[in-house]
Amino acid sequence: MARFALALLPAALLFAAPAFANKVFVTNERGNSVTVLDSQSWEVITTFPAGNRPRGITISPDGKELYVCASDDDTVRVFDAETYKELHTLPSGPDPELFALDPSGNPLYIANEDDNLVTVVDVRTRQVLAEVPVGVEPEGVAVSPDAKTIINTSETTNMAHFIDASSYKIVHNVLVDQRPRYAEFTSDGKKLYVSSEIGGTVSVIDMSATEPTIAKKISFAVPGILPEWLQPVGVKATRDGSRIFVALGPANRVAVIDAATDEVLDYLLVGQRVWQMAFTPNEEFLITTNGNSNDVSIIDVKAEKVIRSVQVGEQPWGVVVTPD
Amino acid sequence: MKPWLVALAAIVTRENLRFVRQRGRFLAALVRPLVWLVVFAAGFRAVLGVSIIPPYQTYITYEVYILPGLCGMIQLFNGMQSSLSLVYDHEMGSMRLLLTSPLPRWWLLFSKLLAGVVVSILQVAVFLAIAAMSGITMPPVGYVAVVPALLASGLMLGALGLLISSTVRQLENFAGVMNFVIFPMFFLSSALYPLWKMAESSSLLRDICALNPFTYAVELIRFALYGELNLTALVWVSASFVLFMLAALWGYDPARAMLRSKG
Repeated sequence: MARFALALLPAALLFAAPAFANKVFVTNERGNSVTVLDSQSWEVITTFPAGNRPRGITISPDGKELYVCASDDDTVRVFDAETYKELHTLPSGPDPELFALDPSGNPLYIANEDDNLVTVVDVRTRQVLAEVPVGVEPEGVAVSPDAKTIINTSETTNMAHFIDASSYKIVHNVLVDQRPRYAEFTSDGKKLYVSSEIGGTVSVIDMSATEPTIAKKISFAVPGILPEWLQPVGVKATRDGSRIFVALGPANRVAVIDAATDEVLDYLLVGQRVWQMAFTPNEEFLITTNGNSNDVSIIDVKAEKVIRSVQVGEQPWGVVVTPD
Repeated sequence: MKPWLVALAAIVTRENLRFVRQRGRFLAALVRPLVWLVVFAAGFRAVLGVSIIPPYQTYITYEVYILPGLCGMIQLFNGMQSSLSLVYDHEMGSMRLLLTSPLPRWWLLFSKLLAGVVVSILQVAVFLAIAAMSGITMPPVGYVAVVPALLASGLMLGALGLLISSTVRQLENFAGVMNFVIFPMFFLSSALYPLWKMAESSSLLRDICALNPFTYAVELIRFALYGELNLTALVWVSASFVLFMLAALWGYDPARAMLRSKG
């Protein structure tokens, strides 16, 4: 009997394994919902309504609260990451599109596309702490790893604005290529990557210099694809500082970049109009949202291969994974 | 049992030797699918990806889609080539020598068939290796699982070749076989386009493709390359093999041939 029980043990462990899986949350811009996936089986667990035109999505560091930009409701909706119930809303200013949470979990920095502001919101007191006037059509938001600088990109002004996190004042502006969409720091904070959708480039900004300066512009080329289809949007950097992944929109490709040389190594084929991306906490997988094919593609980060694509709701836009 | 195996070994060895010695044939067998892969697939790149259908789990480029179809193409040509060599043997008299052996005729024909399949698997292996070198790789398990699939599809296509060789009496007629068997079989199958794509242009075309045994040979190979079994395809391929083999044996029946020469 004991031997029998022992024989069952590995099987029991195997069944217990899915408990370590993380939840993947995907906002469906046109489906007005959030799809929840399991990061091990990649099955859809559930879909829940998330207000009108949900786009940017992020999660609190403890993994309990899910923040969703409901762009057409002019608010940020906060959901319980376990029960998927809406807890409350946060004042966001009109048309919130993307945001970034301070590494400590508070405050939240929100880009308001329509009125050229970055709104700073305390997620505990639900009060607006500051409104920072920025360029026209603000979109991307990033917080430096030391939490001292907030980056905002403005789509029409074509600038990355560097905002001091204590005074909420713009301290630097860096002109980049047309329609900057997204900003991403390396984990050591020494480099900042800003994608320009229409310019078709990713600007590498050196943060270790006395003033932030563009060190390099990465451009892309895929045989058979028109240059105007190569529209960089989402950017993700691995924690170990080895790779940068760039979503190339209607080119249906994710570029793999060597972070040491900032040279493109490979292009991975994913679904249609790839937009935003998120790593699983151990960075084993990278999930991409594909807006036109209504699915997400899963990339094996180490192998640099797309392993599968999974149907989600209508027009997936943003993605976030629960922390461990 | 021993003489049976001796006969089998002799026929397989002869066929393989013939294949290796005929460098031109070896090159032709490789160049044909490679030209398709490099020129046709490149011209029709579908750079934005082919929609997901089983066994694929994500978007693929056209080169990846067309690969199993080209493996099938190698076997289809090889099956016809074997039948050509049978007609040749028939004309040259070496088949008469073979068929006078005391072993049953079906065994000799089966040995001949198996010999051709072994050659075709070697050709496919080299083709897959070249494809892998150019970056079109399959999961490792696929390279193992594809061997039994290639055996089944090769036997089916070889049996079809046998059947045709039993009706073709002269080498000159072989060009007709090429036109009326190889091309329709290859083009009216899932080798170049998925069936749903065919259905977009015409449902009749799709139905023809869905009845073509070559479609199932390709699908059997396609799923096997991803370590999966497509049972429908296996049933179709096996049933077609039995049908073609029985018809070929009937065609090679000496009593029938005698009757015909008398008549």
